[in-house]
Amino acid sequence: MIVTTTKGEMDDSLLEKREGTVDNENELTTWVEYWLDSELVHRSVHVTLKKVPTFAGGDTASF
Amino acid sequence: MANTQSMATSFLGELMLAQHQLGASTIVSRGSLTSPTVDTLKAALFLASATINAATTAYSTTGEVTGTGYTAGGVTITNATAPTSTNSSATAGVGYWTPSASFVYTTVTLSTAFDCVLVYNSTQSNKAISVHTFGSQTITAGTFTLTMPSNTTTTALLRLATT
Repeated sequence: MIVTTTKGEMDDSLLEKREGTVDNENELTTWVEYWLDSELVHRSVHVTLKKVPTFAGGDTASF
Repeated sequence: MANTQSMATSFLGELMLAQHQLGASTIVSRGSLTSPTVDTLKAALFLASATINAATTAYSTTGEVTGTGYTAGGVTITNATAPTSTNSSATAGVGYWTPSASFVYTTVTLSTAFDCVLVYNSTQSNKAISVHTFGSQTITAGTFTLTMPSNTTTTALLRLATT
């Protein structure tokens, strides 16, 4: 697979792939990194918002 | 300084003034009654060191991310889903809305940590709508995708509730 990197397009067989996930009540985040020797040349992140706090409580005046 | 997830307080008042059109425009919207306009909503990313919160009234470049492939102002939000509302009791209900597609920043390098997206109305003088935070990130020659929550009364991106 071809990967876009800071060095240009590269075949992933030449790179070290690292992946990770963060899963909590607010978000599910996955990230993938490609390293060339000890240099980070690609990092992409996908954040899925799971729950957004209720922003407002409303009320009406009574008479 | 830090970013805080919230709805822009100014947005609440602006709703009463019909200054935002989050769904397809209707005949009762402001502007031309024969050719009503549709507002363009955008999503801009902000550094973890910025201060974006309920007091933010409009988008500005202060604290916004910069980097290769990222255009100031962020991306345009795809919005094919109109806001809707439902009653939960005789005295309470909720109005809610979620954009119909993810926010995608393609092939960017954002080297300084960011943790916030500001949703704003670029048609209406960049008026702020809401602030959403997530774990701090950087991107290197890659893509940042922010997928929306489910469009329900309890998880939608924007929810206005009475109790």
